[in-house]
Amino acid sequence: MKAISPGKGKKAKTDSTEEIWNLRLYVAGQTPKSITAFANLKKICEEYLAGKYRIEVIDLLKNPQLAKGDQIIAIPTLVRKLPEPLKKIIGDLANTERVLVGLDIRSVSG
Amino acid sequence: MVKEKHDVDVLEKCPTGIRGLDEITKGGLPRGRPTLICGSAGSGKTLLAMEFLMRGAMDYGEPGVFMTFEETPEDLAKNFISLGFDLPDMVSRGLIAMDHVYIERNEVEETGEYDLEGLFIRLGNAIDSIGARRVVLDTIEAIFSALSNAAILRAELRRLFHWLKDRGVTAIVTGERGDQTLTRYGLEEYVADCVILLDFRIEDQISTRRLRIVKYRGSSHGSDEYPFLIDDRGVSILPISSLGLDYPVSTERISTGVPKLDAMLDGKGFYRGSTILVSGTAGTGKTSLSATFADAACLRGERCLYFAFEESPRQIIRNMGSIGIDLARWVKKGLLKFHSARPSLYGLEMHLVTFHKAIEEFKPGVFIVDPISNLIAAGTASAVKSILTRLIDYLKMNEISTFLTDLTHFGGSLERTSEEISSLIDTWILLRDIELKGERNRGLYILKSRGMAHSNQIQEFLLTNQGTDLIDIYTGSGEALTGSARAAQEAEEKASELARLHEADRRFREQERKRKALEAKIAALRAEFDAESEELNLMAEEERKRRALLAEDRSKMAHLRKGEPSAVRQSARKRKGKGD
Repeated sequence: MKAISPGKGKKAKTDSTEEIWNLRLYVAGQTPKSITAFANLKKICEEYLAGKYRIEVIDLLKNPQLAKGDQIIAIPTLVRKLPEPLKKIIGDLANTERVLVGLDIRSVSG
Repeated sequence: MVKEKHDVDVLEKCPTGIRGLDEITKGGLPRGRPTLICGSAGSGKTLLAMEFLMRGAMDYGEPGVFMTFEETPEDLAKNFISLGFDLPDMVSRGLIAMDHVYIERNEVEETGEYDLEGLFIRLGNAIDSIGARRVVLDTIEAIFSALSNAAILRAELRRLFHWLKDRGVTAIVTGERGDQTLTRYGLEEYVADCVILLDFRIEDQISTRRLRIVKYRGSSHGSDEYPFLIDDRGVSILPISSLGLDYPVSTERISTGVPKLDAMLDGKGFYRGSTILVSGTAGTGKTSLSATFADAACLRGERCLYFAFEESPRQIIRNMGSIGIDLARWVKKGLLKFHSARPSLYGLEMHLVTFHKAIEEFKPGVFIVDPISNLIAAGTASAVKSILTRLIDYLKMNEISTFLTDLTHFGGSLERTSEEISSLIDTWILLRDIELKGERNRGLYILKSRGMAHSNQIQEFLLTNQGTDLIDIYTGSGEALTGSARAAQEAEEKASELARLHEADRRFREQERKRKALEAKIAALRAEFDAESEELNLMAEEERKRRALLAEDRSKMAHLRKGEPSAVRQSARKRKGKGD
């Protein structure tokens, strides 16, 4: 018990930062790849991060200057802003397994 | 003609402003198209690309975007400030836009399809923000190490180059040199218009940077490897604009600084803008002759650039002071400029790039290299010849009189340089030792001098404390003598000449004496003769008088006898005469 409670306390702390997953999806217009990526992301989040995620879609065609900040070169790119550290996944997120690894979601659920 | 028209109409060029590069490319890079610059690490790709942007922004009013994939803008700014480019200032003035593309491999996961639209958007945004006409991507290949889907990357690169063309920007893309290919990832496949290769080689511990245009679609270009230099003013590539034989020629003559040598050269000296070579072994007075020529040039008010490869400027000034040539005053006046360097400091090409730079900056009328032989040793014969040809053509184009000295080795043929550069030389003067009777003296003669009737004589070359001078070598009695042997021979000749003079004098006096004696004799004889004649006259007079007397007596007698005919009288007189 004693051994667990500090562990629990620590976990509670990290949980509080992990509470909200701040995800940013960079797209350039409504391309098929972007739409696929968004759909895949939505599905994964619903399944693994239900209720504790926030997706922000940034269309670089509208805000090109935002590409520089997150060092975006590939489209679509998913950026995990929170929790830290920053993670990036590029592509249409078709491979759920890799997305989970890339976002470090598996460790949370497991 | 057709091709030229084609060039003008279709292929517009974008001047780089980089010294030498515009000459080689005949006007610059293809405007509105990407150019690939490839080379190994440290060969100067980034610098060349950056200077292209800087010159464009400052000299041609074309702002530029620098997209760096490797170095951070801070590092770049530091590198460029050392070359005199203030990057942050240019950025703040909106002349340059920087974008640092940075991909950390281990924070990126790839899954599924993607494209590089993000890169396009960033580049497009940067171009639009300052109205850029020029773009540099340095080194775009970095994305290959950051992202793994090569098929997508290749397709996207192809799209990128098309996109750059559509935007109408003149772009430089740099690429790292691969083992077998020009670039590691085969960028040359995509950039088909212009490919420039930079090379950085070390030969005999001397490194030389070289540049070659591998390909330039739709334009003629220099195809050689050109050495280039990176210094505090950026990149300079050895220009080749002077390759040709259509340079102007001058009929003006300039003094060598040695009146007697002028006299040997048709009485007027060298042609302006000609190339003069002085060769000789060590200690024959090459530097002294160079200094004399430099002094003469400065006296005329011309600027003189003196490259010394054996001595420091101060040492030359001191040494030439000892033969009465004051070079320090010309240095002070700014007419004479010394460049001193050890020949082994860098390679031959580098020296020649340095020559070009120095000539362009100083704009001399006279250019002296003392000596070129050390440079010749730095390269192979053919390389030396091609590069010296370029240099000399360049000098001739600018009507710069060139004075080269060449150190030949003891025992070697004095005309050793002939194969390498003799055809480039207009006037070739040889200095040689003449060893005779335990002495070593300097002799000078003119091996050739184009376009003038030069002397064929060997002259003795003297270094006095009043400068250099030439005197005629003794060539009497079938041998050439110099130094004290010449002096001795001359003295001997003078003595015998004097003796001959005395002898002639003596004979003349003798003759005079004889003449006088003869005259005296003649006078005596005449006197005798006169005396005899006198006596004879007297006698004749006496006789005449006697006869007259006799005739008178006879006529008196006839008168006394009376009437005797004259005939009888005459015969009678005869008889009478006989009877007397």
